[in-house]
Amino acid sequence: MARGTTVVHQYLRHDAIFPHVWCPGCGNGIVLGALIRAVHHLGYPKDEIVLVSGIGCSSRMPLYVDFNTLHTVHGRALTFATGIKLANSRLRVIVVMGDGDAVAIGGNHFIHAARRNMDLTAIILNNRIYGMTGGQSSPTTPYGMYSTTDPYSHIEPAFDISEMAACAGATFVARSTVYHAQLLQSLMEKAIPKKGFSVVEVITHCHVQFGRANKLGTHIDMMKRQRDQAVPVEKAQTMSPEELKDKIPIGILTDMVRPVYNEEYENLKKRAGLTN
Amino acid sequence: MTEKEKVIPIKTNAAKEVLIHGNEAVVEGAIAAGCRFFAGYPITPATEIAEGMSIRLPKIGGTFIQMEDEMASLGSVVGASLAGVKAMTATSGPGFSLMQEILGYACMIEVPCVVVDVMRGGPSTGLPTSPSQGDVMLARWGSHGTHPIIVLAVSTVEDCFDVTVTAFNFSEKFRTPVIVLSDEIVAHTREKVALPSADGVTIVNRIRPTVPAEWFQPYENTPGGVPPMAIYGDGYRYHTTGLIHDSRGFPTDKKEEIKTFYERIHKKISQRFHEIQIVKNFFTEDADIIIIAYGSVARSSLLAAKTARQNGLKVGLLQLVTLFPFPRKAVETVLRQSRAVIVPEMNLGQISREVKRVNAKHSAVITLNRVDSDLITPKEILAKIQEVV
Repeated sequence: MARGTTVVHQYLRHDAIFPHVWCPGCGNGIVLGALIRAVHHLGYPKDEIVLVSGIGCSSRMPLYVDFNTLHTVHGRALTFATGIKLANSRLRVIVVMGDGDAVAIGGNHFIHAARRNMDLTAIILNNRIYGMTGGQSSPTTPYGMYSTTDPYSHIEPAFDISEMAACAGATFVARSTVYHAQLLQSLMEKAIPKKGFSVVEVITHCHVQFGRANKLGTHIDMMKRQRDQAVPVEKAQTMSPEELKDKIPIGILTDMVRPVYNEEYENLKKRAGLTN
Repeated sequence: MTEKEKVIPIKTNAAKEVLIHGNEAVVEGAIAAGCRFFAGYPITPATEIAEGMSIRLPKIGGTFIQMEDEMASLGSVVGASLAGVKAMTATSGPGFSLMQEILGYACMIEVPCVVVDVMRGGPSTGLPTSPSQGDVMLARWGSHGTHPIIVLAVSTVEDCFDVTVTAFNFSEKFRTPVIVLSDEIVAHTREKVALPSADGVTIVNRIRPTVPAEWFQPYENTPGGVPPMAIYGDGYRYHTTGLIHDSRGFPTDKKEEIKTFYERIHKKISQRFHEIQIVKNFFTEDADIIIIAYGSVARSSLLAAKTARQNGLKVGLLQLVTLFPFPRKAVETVLRQSRAVIVPEMNLGQISREVKRVNAKHSAVITLNRVDSDLITPKEILAKIQEVV
């Protein structure tokens, strides 16, 4: 067994709940693998990690891994995570969401968690589609694409999740694709210890729904597209908007220091007269 | 001292008489019960609870946060409770409607928490500064799916303290959300109450597991139906999901496990009806006309009953503190002994339906309803009594 796989297996709930629900070829497993390796590499004990999710294919992720795991309701995972972190600041709270979960039904919670700079890490798996319900368009479905609710093509512009996170106040924003699995792991290793609201957007594929509706081929074809579309952030900065059309900038987009809610509240307690 | 601090100059560590309103008494009750996390969103007529919490909690090491909406408020309350801190939110009708999905989630994953709904006229924006009792059935059945829940009602400022403490105790004991129904009148009525000292309040805390982690089953089918609850960081790593789950917390579609799940979450409440169903009897022993009331209307009803007694009429009052699980036994008792019961409510008939449901032709059930933004007065109830006589 490869060394990487050995590490991953120390964290999975093998005996309990496998096989998983994901389709063959899905990118979700690559993201879970990267997350596990990142946590392992950072050396955090399993007991300190709380993995929270919403509803959707990617939100099934917590089920399979031996952390404190919480599978919540659609769109509101960040609110549960907020309560957990404020109740026990020693816990490292990581939130896994899909694109529909994070920026459609959960869009309000997403921008407010970023605005507050709540000390959480959000990992958003963006496959540009609602996979679990059968392939309907999401806020990240590109203009002109097809889905089961866009039989005549999609007429809405798409959100850029990373840009929105940065605008709303997240202190660490990074993007990768599942093709770039090692980059993904290294971005998570930076995002999880980062104080404040950190976001890792992962471009992944849903060959079963999005790929089929738009004739994009197999999961391998779609991952090759990720490889071809990706440009490092540094290079993207030198490119014109026309050149960047259909490109996916990957790497660290934002890394800054800003007051963190949790620390601000500790100071507030002292101002309110808490003694000890 | 800031202007705001003057509003609530209370210390729970010394018994003393204070002049406060119902929302302030809820704050005092919650803190006395051990609540150390509050998340809320501004809404009339519940806002003073959030304001009171924002002053009090940081002083005692707790956390107050104003969230972006009511769903976020209850979501973070559930999160805080999972991490081991007693938590509460407070709202009014529109916000309570928004919370229903997460309320069902809290029932499903069996997380202790308290939700205060200070009722105002509805539906929709309705009558924001006027009283109502229109949310009774919403509190019981608002969240989708078959679920048990506990609903308590307050009728005085003193109740606001006592019932809030009881709500926390029930939520911890039975691992369930508990709804406290207040209304605009109780919320904003100021009266003198004697707050007990901190050691004068009985507090119940959730039972936590002591078994080795590998033996722990977070949703074990225990005889009482309430499995011990591990909190994050304790070393009992487990899974929690809104999907129907087995005793280990993992999703299941096995019919036997689905059945076991539903039976357990209902039996944990139904086995303890006698503890949960709180009522107050006033002059009911020999009464042949009995008023069944709750919330601020119970107060009008008490004065009406007293006045009727002075007029030589055998009138009593059964005040319901617990609305759900519906206190059937106590209601049946008064139905059997009386020739008529009067159910005054600030809605078009919600608890009266429950009374009619359990009435096996024992007594006449007479409703008295008002939805024009005013309280039902003792005079109106007296007039109804006269009609019955």
